[in-house]
Amino acid sequence: MSKLNLDQSLIDKARISARHIAGDIQSFIDKHTTAAVERTIARLMGIDGVDEVGTPLPNVVVDSLKKNGCLNIGVAYFLANAILNTNLTPQEIAEKISAGELDITKLPMLEETKVKQKASELANAMAQRIKENRSRREQYLQTLGEGRKPYLYVIVATGNIYEDVVQAQAAAKQGADIIAVIRTTGQSLLDYVPYGATTEGFGGTYATQENFKIMRKALDEVGEEVGRYIRLCNYCSGLCMPEIAAMGAIERLDVMLNDALYGILFRDINMQRTLIDQFFSRVINGFAGVIINTGEDNYLTTADAVEEAHTVLASQFINEQFALMAGIPEEQMGLGHAFEIEPNVENGFLLELSQAQMAREIFPKAPLKYMPPTKFMTGNVFKGHIQDALFNVVSVWTNQGIQLLGMMTEAIHTPFIADRALSIENARYIFNNLRNIGDEIEFKQGGIIQSRAAEVLNKAATLLQNIEEEGLFATLEQGKFGGVKRSRTGGKGLDGVVEKNDKYCNPFIELMLNN
Amino acid sequence: MSSGLYSMNKRDFDITFDPKKVKPYGDTMNDGKVQLSFTLPIKADETAVEAAKLYAMKMGIEEPSVVHMADLGVGYSFFVVYGSCIHTIDVTDIKVAKVESSVMSMTEVDEYIKNNIGRKIVIVGASTGTDAHTVGIDAIMNMKGYAGHYGLERYEMIEAHNLGSQVPNEEFIKKAVELNADALLVSQTVTQKNVHIQNMTNLIELLEAEGLRDKLLVVCGGPRISHELAIELGYDAGFGAGSYAEDVASYVVQEMVNRK
Repeated sequence: MSKLNLDQSLIDKARISARHIAGDIQSFIDKHTTAAVERTIARLMGIDGVDEVGTPLPNVVVDSLKKNGCLNIGVAYFLANAILNTNLTPQEIAEKISAGELDITKLPMLEETKVKQKASELANAMAQRIKENRSRREQYLQTLGEGRKPYLYVIVATGNIYEDVVQAQAAAKQGADIIAVIRTTGQSLLDYVPYGATTEGFGGTYATQENFKIMRKALDEVGEEVGRYIRLCNYCSGLCMPEIAAMGAIERLDVMLNDALYGILFRDINMQRTLIDQFFSRVINGFAGVIINTGEDNYLTTADAVEEAHTVLASQFINEQFALMAGIPEEQMGLGHAFEIEPNVENGFLLELSQAQMAREIFPKAPLKYMPPTKFMTGNVFKGHIQDALFNVVSVWTNQGIQLLGMMTEAIHTPFIADRALSIENARYIFNNLRNIGDEIEFKQGGIIQSRAAEVLNKAATLLQNIEEEGLFATLEQGKFGGVKRSRTGGKGLDGVVEKNDKYCNPFIELMLNN
Repeated sequence: MSSGLYSMNKRDFDITFDPKKVKPYGDTMNDGKVQLSFTLPIKADETAVEAAKLYAMKMGIEEPSVVHMADLGVGYSFFVVYGSCIHTIDVTDIKVAKVESSVMSMTEVDEYIKNNIGRKIVIVGASTGTDAHTVGIDAIMNMKGYAGHYGLERYEMIEAHNLGSQVPNEEFIKKAVELNADALLVSQTVTQKNVHIQNMTNLIELLEAEGLRDKLLVVCGGPRISHELAIELGYDAGFGAGSYAEDVASYVVQEMVNRK
């Protein structure tokens, strides 16, 4: 039952607009592939490691296709053809390419149906492994159990994965349910995934398969100890979006930041590249049972949280449709929003409450990801702790899914071990004291809270209608999200985008989407 | 652990204010009261309480009272400590580097430019290096500004270019040359292990190497930036927390005129 008395026909209308917007882009996506998508396929077919100068072998293989103008046929096709020709494993083939002993674009091309069948076989093997990871998670959830929602989500960010382990295990013992390992800020613009364990990162560690593995093991250990499955989160964004999804699926990550538009707006990655990459990354995340977190909260760090609240809702609708197209069920859609209204706004809390409840009612099954105040956090840690408390009140009241805990030292430094403990204590105290407040309190007909939600929904539906008419690319060019303008051919990574050849195949899409 | 609400101790210190011997104030002049919190990497027990107390004493805190201890898991403990600090500061002997310009309003700045410079000035800003946060630069530059203080984009006589976050220093300089900038604004918001210092120094070195340093005003800002630090790193000025667009604009236009 709606507490906000939202107009269901308006919600339906907005959703249909979003479906058309995403569908329009999807037909573009289906015709293209990117260097990152192809490197992901190489990884999923078992290629790993680096050459003597540190270039990852998936890059070596994909670059060899690109150099010969063959990227449009795809890695899967050439690898399968090479296996049929040479009887080597994908890893051996990659090593030979790296050594300059083999050019897979120059081998005799065997019959297309046989090649594609081989490609499917290779894909099946990895799909099986990912399925096993999924069952393993489900088994843990059954035997160990999990924390109650809103899940307590904290970050670790020491820049040394082994120090991160200490912080993460401490956080789990203090009550955290999800640990996000902050990624070193420069990584989103690297067109390759670094290799090995990170011990000296700036403001975080690299998302590498080895780092994933180290933290997974640590969280499984502490999960056994505290009797709760501890979820691991990383960042599936930037120029290697789908590759990171693949690594996460292989190492059993549970949550991934994974937004359709974030890279375009906030990292100036080319929009064509990001939209194609996000699709495959989400297909993998969906199949692996990973909860995706979208990045709408970021709009509010650049734009005003009162004036631009409708852009958050519009983006949630669009993210929802892109996610559905990639086979992600609603239960895995951690749509994002944030508690970012300026603290001096009169009745700001009521507006926050209204917007959070609105997201809850419009996306009833989604484990909404709620972000804490950041923009108006100051060095006044005492006030900051109270701002975080109000944020926690809204969250438990409106039944949010994932509570990214605010830190009193937000504007000062990446969290100290005690900052995290205090913020977990804050959330647990409030959640416990107000556990069922949402069941008890209804909102006044036509009052501030209901009117605010109606206004935001109305504006979002209008915005979506405009975007539907103009197309998403044009909208991004005009700067309607986060106040950031991007051009269709600008930004980083466009040179990795190619139109698919008739022969092209990506066996994982079919395999993963139909599961 | 707390020793009760009321202090029954007889006061044995001078309660007259002396600017040459300033101490923290709790509820009585010169009581020296401070609060601190910290974590020790040892398990939470009686030994830990004593360790926290001794540590506070080494910091110059008399009669430290450990009012709270919490077990952080993994064998670490968190403490909240109150006490009286023995140290004093002579405030008559402090010299602070301050930005030497008077602060004007947005319209005054525009007027000043019209009267004294006679053309639009170009300011290029970015959050440089690995810093992904745009909060600071946006607060100064974006049309809307921050807390009711309009940003530079709204100034009639300022052509403001906000390059956003994670701008490499090389690219920043390239853009500045391309746009014929009069002043550069560098924002550093969240930084770890002092990476901002290294990045900010690097920008000045690059500008000097290209012979551009004297042709531009270079200003930095961020919650951990002070004017003093800025000068030390070779910048013309630095703005810390609580600075707004008009502070920066006022400085830039007056300094441009001073240097003519």
